[in-house]
Amino acid sequence: MSGKSKVVFVRGGHRTEVEVLVGTSAMHAATDNLVGGIVGECGGDLSCATCHVFVDPDWFDRLAPAGADERDMLEATSEEPTEFSRLSCQVPCTAETDGIVLHVPESQ
Amino acid sequence: MPTADKHQALDTVGVVDHVVIVGAGQAGGDLAASLRELSYAGRITMVGSEDSYPYSRHPLSKSYLLGGKPRSELLIRPEETYRRFDIEFERGVRVVAIDRDHKHVILDDGRDVGYDVLVLATGGLPRTYPDAALDHASNVFYLRVAEHADALRKHLVPGARLTVVGGGYIGLEVAAVARGLGVEVTLVEREERLLARVTSPVTSAFFAQVHDEEGVVVRTGSSVSSFEVGADRNVTGVVLDDGSTIQTDVCLIGIGLRPNTDLAQAAGLDVSDGVLVDSALRTSDVSIFAIGDVARYPCRDSGDTRRLESIPNCTEQARAVARTLTSVTEPYEAVPWFWSDQYDMKLQVVGLAAPSDVVVVRRDPDRKRSFAVFYLRYNEVCAAEIVSSPRDFAIAKKLVHQRVVVDPDKLADAAAPLRDLLPRAPSSSR
Repeated sequence: MSGKSKVVFVRGGHRTEVEVLVGTSAMHAATDNLVGGIVGECGGDLSCATCHVFVDPDWFDRLAPAGADERDMLEATSEEPTEFSRLSCQVPCTAETDGIVLHVPESQ
Repeated sequence: MPTADKHQALDTVGVVDHVVIVGAGQAGGDLAASLRELSYAGRITMVGSEDSYPYSRHPLSKSYLLGGKPRSELLIRPEETYRRFDIEFERGVRVVAIDRDHKHVILDDGRDVGYDVLVLATGGLPRTYPDAALDHASNVFYLRVAEHADALRKHLVPGARLTVVGGGYIGLEVAAVARGLGVEVTLVEREERLLARVTSPVTSAFFAQVHDEEGVVVRTGSSVSSFEVGADRNVTGVVLDDGSTIQTDVCLIGIGLRPNTDLAQAAGLDVSDGVLVDSALRTSDVSIFAIGDVARYPCRDSGDTRRLESIPNCTEQARAVARTLTSVTEPYEAVPWFWSDQYDMKLQVVGLAAPSDVVVVRRDPDRKRSFAVFYLRYNEVCAAEIVSSPRDFAIAKKLVHQRVVVDPDKLADAAAPLRDLLPRAPSSSR
């Protein structure tokens, strides 16, 4: 399946697996597939911090690190951030992230 | 999570097997999506007068106008999503009337569509300039739909002279894009300051200065008295009330939005600069809701009503109605927020300020094009305007949401981190 990448969203014990084109952001992987809990009000503009996810620890280090603006925004997410927090609009789905597990917080 | 296959939306509506949404913009599309996210299993039909699936309008005056972004990138979700989630879409079709007695809408192709619940997400139309001279001009533009941006962009060539009428978000964003394309820009604003309706005088003055530095001729306190028209019926000059004339090749008018209430009014719903709704976003007819730019809803803070034009307002109201229709009713009380991109700056606004609020300015002298303005009511943070600091905005949003009480002197001290003003989370490890 070249060109596609799988993302697993986990929310309240419920798993949703979606498959998207490589290059799609994890935020769009959620909003395009109507996965609840990821809002993305600004559309991926790094303006709103409503696409917060907790990356599964097994996957976290495979992602490019967050940029300065994203780290700043992560200081004030609705649900308290952890060391595994990311804004999903800044996480591209790639061949390396195929199968990545993202935990969706209770609130955005 | 609601999963019932029969949908009991409060006791007043009964079973909701078919939700019909009038309008396929941000609010309409988000409602359809939110209903499916909440496992609503009934039928959903969106009716949209534009020949496009729901798309984002905010890039129309920003990145899309600047160019290099295909139309398809404006789509909020791919078309395929709507098909896969069984969201029916009557595209390029207008609703011409609502028959409330029989609970159906009449489309402009003559068809009837029955509904259990109807949601008006009809948005608004640009407020137009009442001057017959403009009727035949092909170089005067408003900005609301993608076609408007496509048509305007053709005129934004280096050296062209653009006159922008209106110093609100749209006018300023277009001015910034036009400067980036090498266009000569004059901006005319009737009020004494820019963004008069939406920001503090401090922020207005800042944006006036930035636009001046970027080469825009900003003329506040000036109104247009007439337009000069050439032999080809295009506008050649904009005449101001002081008698001066701005020679112009192209004109953009951004003087606000008229909520599209015609359908609601004709159907006898309560209307007053917007469709009037209660805190559940329900109109004077229990089976009809209104959301987005067109909805005027009760504001708990002021005890009055308000109508907002913003994407977060559309998204959050759509979610509120989706929750109501899937039996999770809670009153709509979201804190409004807005953003605007101009040049290399991002203005982010949260909350609505009142004239009596105390204004606190926070400015780091080392950062020329960045600062923050806070509005305090009894030392509670109730609104903020943040220029080019996503971190401070994220924290300001929390301060406003929680109505945190702050010491104004600490708030004004840019050397002290803003996050120190947040109440300590009980188990924060960071």
